[in-house]
Amino acid sequence: MTTWLLRRLVQAVFVMLAMTVIVFVGVNVIGDPVEILISPDADQAERLRVIAAFGLDKPLWEQYLHFLGGVVQGDLGKSFVFNEPALRLIGGRFPATMELAFTAVALSVIVGIPLGLYAGLKPDGLLGRAIMAGSILGFSLPTFWVGLMLIMVFAVQLGWLPSTGRGTTAEFLGIQWSFLTRDGLAHMVMPATNLALGNIALVLRLTRAGVRENLGLEYVKFARAKGLSPSRVLFVHVMKNIMIPVVTVIGLEFGSVVAFAVVTESVFAWPGMGKLIIDSINVLDRPVIVAYLMMIVVLFVTINLLVDLMYTVLDPRVRLDGRE
Amino acid sequence: MLRVSKALAVAVLLSAGAAHAQTVTMAMSSAPTSVDPHYHTFNPNETLDLHIFDRLVERDTQSNPIPGLATSWKLLDDTTWEVKLRQDVKFHDGSPFTAADVVYNFDRIPKVVNSPGSFAIYTKTVIAMEVPDPYTIRMKTAAIYPILPVDMSNIFIIPKGLGPNPATEDFNSGKNAIGTGAYRLVSYKNGDRAELERNDAWWGPKPHWQHISIRMIANDGARTAALLAGDVQFIEFVPTADAARLKSDKRVALAEIASQRIIYLWLDHSRTGTPVFITGPNGETLEKNPLNDVRVREALSIAINRPAIVDRVMEGAAYPAGQFVAKGSWGYDPSHDAPVYDVAKAKALLAQAGFPNGFRITLHGPNDRYVNDGKIIQAIGQMWTRIGVQTSVDAITWPNYVGRTNKQEFAAYLLGWGFTEASNPLRSLIYTFSPAKGWGAVNRGRYSNPTFDALVDKAMTTGDDAAREKVVIAATKVAMDDVAVIPLHVQKNIWAMKAGLTYAARADEDTRVMDLRPQ
Repeated sequence: MTTWLLRRLVQAVFVMLAMTVIVFVGVNVIGDPVEILISPDADQAERLRVIAAFGLDKPLWEQYLHFLGGVVQGDLGKSFVFNEPALRLIGGRFPATMELAFTAVALSVIVGIPLGLYAGLKPDGLLGRAIMAGSILGFSLPTFWVGLMLIMVFAVQLGWLPSTGRGTTAEFLGIQWSFLTRDGLAHMVMPATNLALGNIALVLRLTRAGVRENLGLEYVKFARAKGLSPSRVLFVHVMKNIMIPVVTVIGLEFGSVVAFAVVTESVFAWPGMGKLIIDSINVLDRPVIVAYLMMIVVLFVTINLLVDLMYTVLDPRVRLDGRE
Repeated sequence: MLRVSKALAVAVLLSAGAAHAQTVTMAMSSAPTSVDPHYHTFNPNETLDLHIFDRLVERDTQSNPIPGLATSWKLLDDTTWEVKLRQDVKFHDGSPFTAADVVYNFDRIPKVVNSPGSFAIYTKTVIAMEVPDPYTIRMKTAAIYPILPVDMSNIFIIPKGLGPNPATEDFNSGKNAIGTGAYRLVSYKNGDRAELERNDAWWGPKPHWQHISIRMIANDGARTAALLAGDVQFIEFVPTADAARLKSDKRVALAEIASQRIIYLWLDHSRTGTPVFITGPNGETLEKNPLNDVRVREALSIAINRPAIVDRVMEGAAYPAGQFVAKGSWGYDPSHDAPVYDVAKAKALLAQAGFPNGFRITLHGPNDRYVNDGKIIQAIGQMWTRIGVQTSVDAITWPNYVGRTNKQEFAAYLLGWGFTEASNPLRSLIYTFSPAKGWGAVNRGRYSNPTFDALVDKAMTTGDDAAREKVVIAATKVAMDDVAVIPLHVQKNIWAMKAGLTYAARADEDTRVMDLRPQ
């Protein structure tokens, strides 16, 4: 177990290093942040001053070493744009994205699994077919379009829900959260649904496929022959067996939802990390881009760790050490 | 019990309604980078800050300088400006505003740490200041500098009580966000919202709104939807496609005006030999750059059907242009209205210049910076091809594009320029690139014309406004006769608000909630 954990951590460090190199080279190739940030009225001397202030006058390898030196001391650099530590900026946006992502993933489990079970049990029923047809829409419609349609229908036409923003927030553990207030919840409904749609469809289809596959297997027949109630067969025996792929996908999707909520966050003006990263890319704010991607790598590594641990819970035959 | 709670509910609703009447929620199109008014020369920062802080010189809706914290300013001699200050002004913390605060601000501005765009460009011409009495300042400049009042209209004043070089971060927390302005900052959440409360002790006319809630909604569609849904009552930078539709919507009112943002094409003047992105009609390498010939430049300019672009691509949200400033503004040269579209003449000019069969060119432009930028260059590509200049169009994302324009990598390329004073584009854009002088800093095409430069020099040493306007017009005429750049159109600034409200539309891109009132 310990060696396994250590190996994972070392891998993560290498992934992060590779990623920082890619970002440094990439941003450098794309363009010059000074050109984007500086006042158009600035004269030549002012341009040189800003270039020097950002350390962009030094060769790239020197900038990179300087950055690594900071990382060792826990300093990921200051944003070019906001002159605040990149980590603090990201931390400020983190709760907004996390609560949205948690809600979206919770929705995909709460809605996706029951629908999938039903569609798996009654594959030929009218409702079962309708669910499957609907799921195709769920993952094929583009998020930004669905988002704008949700706003048009529920905010502009019907006026039931607020169109954009986070609404009133309340403090919990020193952080502002939307889900603690009624107004905040109302603001969350549409973005969370929008973010969840694709995942609901995915979870639903995986569940359905698992149910269909397992229902025909010997152990289900045996359980039925033993006289177990159909609900016990389904919820205890079948569920356990179909959960491994579902948990894997939910884990990975949680990562993607956090990392790539960009579209939903822009459409609903949700002040989360996705909006921050897109804005930062637009102005080539390298410290923020690097810090954000490093955080995402950590997030994915952590999620994968948790998923692997879940496997051992769901299926005791799984050994993490991988001993032969 | 039931009755009590009902009565309570009614009371709550009524008070909510009353509070609502005094509250306005507005949506900005991009988020400020800081509350610190001296941190970053960036338009969204200005829009937020102008509610909290005041400037010595303010601008009217046409960007003419008007009194702000200064009541008057005049030249005592060629290099000394005397500025008289308002005497009845207090900062939000109660301290009085005096000349010492102004000196403190001029001193702090160049010292702001890590500024990505320093306001020192507006203070550096002042080399010394004298304070004969608490409400008078004399500003010394090294040489005659007639547009100091314009520069002062970019500088927000903070109190000297904040001490030597207050930290930018403390402005965002609200601790240092102390101005003399119409509103106090209640809270600020980076990239999300700002809450402001009216300062009833403000010296200006009392603004209608007790409370302003500013939201940052960058997505164009979402901003319009938020207005239609009633979540916000006021939005800036209405996208042109929506403006056409909103005009017919009874729930909404629009305010629009010609802006001071010119959209224009640069042509490469930097090469006399083999050009980049230009080849002969059959793809052969050219010995010399055809864009050096004014006849070619003029042909390219009159081959563009500007009214068609304004009508079809911009959906009416622009005015065709033949120079930098909009018609009716200070410094407008009447001899250069938008050039008349003339395919036959363009072809003839090309033939005279030795290109009867035209040539091939690539037209570059951004696709995410100016209104409809990508579509504009596509339209121009087709128009140029019609006169025999076979044009390929290449639209590039702004972060990747802008740096390359400054390295003279393109032959013809689209850019925009916003300004508040007519001599500014002449000095910054087409004056010979002169690092020592600090002029021509964004002369990306490296245009250079000694006759023009001499006129700009003269304009910048003419103190009298009327006399200077004549010189500015003469300089504009020289540059436009020579087709230094190809002006396309002046954008409209458009605001939209809930029906029943009116807004005084501004030529600069500031959004001032003080100017939003019920009809």
